[in-house]
Amino acid sequence: MIHHRVKPTDRNMIEDLLRPVLYTTWRFYVAVAILGGIVLAGLSTWMYQAYNGLVVTGDNWPVYWGFHETNFVFWIGISHAGTLISAILRICNATWRRPVTRCAEAITAFALMIGGIFPLIHLGRPWLAWWLLPYPSERGIWPNYRSPLAWDFFAINTYLLGSLLFLALPMIPDFALIRDRTTGMRHRIYGLLSKGWYGTPKQWHRLESAMHIMALAIIPVAVSVHTIVSFDFSMAVVPMWHSTIFGPYFVAGAIFSGIAALIIAMAILRKMLHLEKYLEPIHFQNLGKLLFTMSMLWGYFVFNERLTTWYGNGTAEMPVFHATQSGRYASLFWFMVFCNFVMPFPFLAIRRMRTITGTVIASCGVVVGMWLERFLIVVPSLSYKSTSYSWGHYTPRWPEVVIFSSSFAAMALLYLLFTKFVPMISLWELRVGEHSELKAAENVQAAEAAGELV
Amino acid sequence: MKAVYALYRNPESAQRAFAHLKNAGIADRRITVLSSEPMEEYEFGQRDRGTIMTWLAAGGGLVGLIGAYLLTAITQKVWAIDTGGMPIVTNWTNMIVIFELTMLSAIVTTVITLLITANIPSWKKPQLYDPLVSEGRILIGVTNPSNPSLIESTLQSTGGGGVIKKIE
Repeated sequence: MIHHRVKPTDRNMIEDLLRPVLYTTWRFYVAVAILGGIVLAGLSTWMYQAYNGLVVTGDNWPVYWGFHETNFVFWIGISHAGTLISAILRICNATWRRPVTRCAEAITAFALMIGGIFPLIHLGRPWLAWWLLPYPSERGIWPNYRSPLAWDFFAINTYLLGSLLFLALPMIPDFALIRDRTTGMRHRIYGLLSKGWYGTPKQWHRLESAMHIMALAIIPVAVSVHTIVSFDFSMAVVPMWHSTIFGPYFVAGAIFSGIAALIIAMAILRKMLHLEKYLEPIHFQNLGKLLFTMSMLWGYFVFNERLTTWYGNGTAEMPVFHATQSGRYASLFWFMVFCNFVMPFPFLAIRRMRTITGTVIASCGVVVGMWLERFLIVVPSLSYKSTSYSWGHYTPRWPEVVIFSSSFAAMALLYLLFTKFVPMISLWELRVGEHSELKAAENVQAAEAAGELV
Repeated sequence: MKAVYALYRNPESAQRAFAHLKNAGIADRRITVLSSEPMEEYEFGQRDRGTIMTWLAAGGGLVGLIGAYLLTAITQKVWAIDTGGMPIVTNWTNMIVIFELTMLSAIVTTVITLLITANIPSWKKPQLYDPLVSEGRILIGVTNPSNPSLIESTLQSTGGGGVIKKIE
């Protein structure tokens, strides 16, 4: 059956997309209160941890990196959903991207902020975090550009700033629209945010040129960020970390988890903000195809990594290998394979199952699986280091679990507040899409009338 | 300030109005065009297309590259650390920092160029504006016309549901 979409008129489009910004229901306040409460619990736990020291966590000799590092890598990975995907689709001129880009770019900005906090959370004395910055000090802690942690600092901040700008620039015309439709305080705020924007051809050309240049610049930055996060591990001579495959493996995993997070976020927004006319099944279908491709790629990388380790049979690496394949961490490993590869397969490969529900189920599996993947990279290698007398295990304690849970609540809260200030779908980009479709249809009609089409 | 303008629902009518105004002898620069989306397929939307933004971004990137190289190399020479048999100035690892600062500089230059050339933010009120532009209408008009009735009749003749407005 051919699905004929009922196109919303321009007025309907504006009303539909501005409704969440202009009108607030009691549900919004309840959601903010619940999520805010969980975030507050997380912050209090962090304070408790800072007051008592890292002894309250499960981090102990020989495993000093646990949940906090897993969360750091996980959230930085999730951040790859937005700006990277949006930039690639923009450069490829994929017209279906239009309703998706802002949802995606917002994920990047918030996930990076949350991910960037975890190294601070992991510090025993977070108020001394500035000691990590590369600056000459009297204590002899001199700037060290050879440290992967310094690379992280530059990479994450470049990506964060670039992503925020990439997200903010296309909002200006939408702010101008809100400015023109509101009065009072709202009018003044949005007027300030869109000061000087009136929609001249020059302004449109400059905005589009800037977005194109930034898209080109941000793709390599996004790839570099997760490669550099992988360097935190692969630069260390630790079994199963010191690997050349880690860069691309981390990037592929990041895009994989990012797309999954984007699908889940889009499905929630679609339902909560009544965006069914704009976030259509085709968007989930297309993202589902991308997710399927990344699932295959992820499987390929895991196979490569595991096969070369097993074939090499290195004395230092085999205990880690066995621990994850058939030992202490085997159940987590195989559950990860199930979540990332086996379970999504039917939902994404079979066209009839690649529905909104199907892609969301597959994405939930992938998010769980990718968190486990990060955990299995961080912990087993530290548990089974080169010499057997230094082996030990890690079990998370309640502070880590609370902080971990509150990071998800923080993501949801930031996203929720964002929907209150900005239309979640770029109105002007959506208009361009509708307009281009109309123009293309007119061209076909004209060609048919002139007998140019056979 | 005097002005005459029309608001059009579709770009075809706006294009007709733009062409008629030009045929009536109004200079391209004197015609104000405002829209709620880029209209690159139409002549009226192609004005001011040329930009050196790409070159400026590349230049900004180059400045970032040189600056980052100097930052890393000079810092390493001034506060030398002899670690693991590595050279004092470690260009291989510095490349990571240099790359990030190059891209950051290119991005920031692009944004600054956009803000300056598109005149955002601007505290000056535009000569001609109508909030209906945000609703999807296309504004075509002329400010301080020497012959307002000619402009009015030209805009009226284009049809397309254009609403003529005058500021006197």
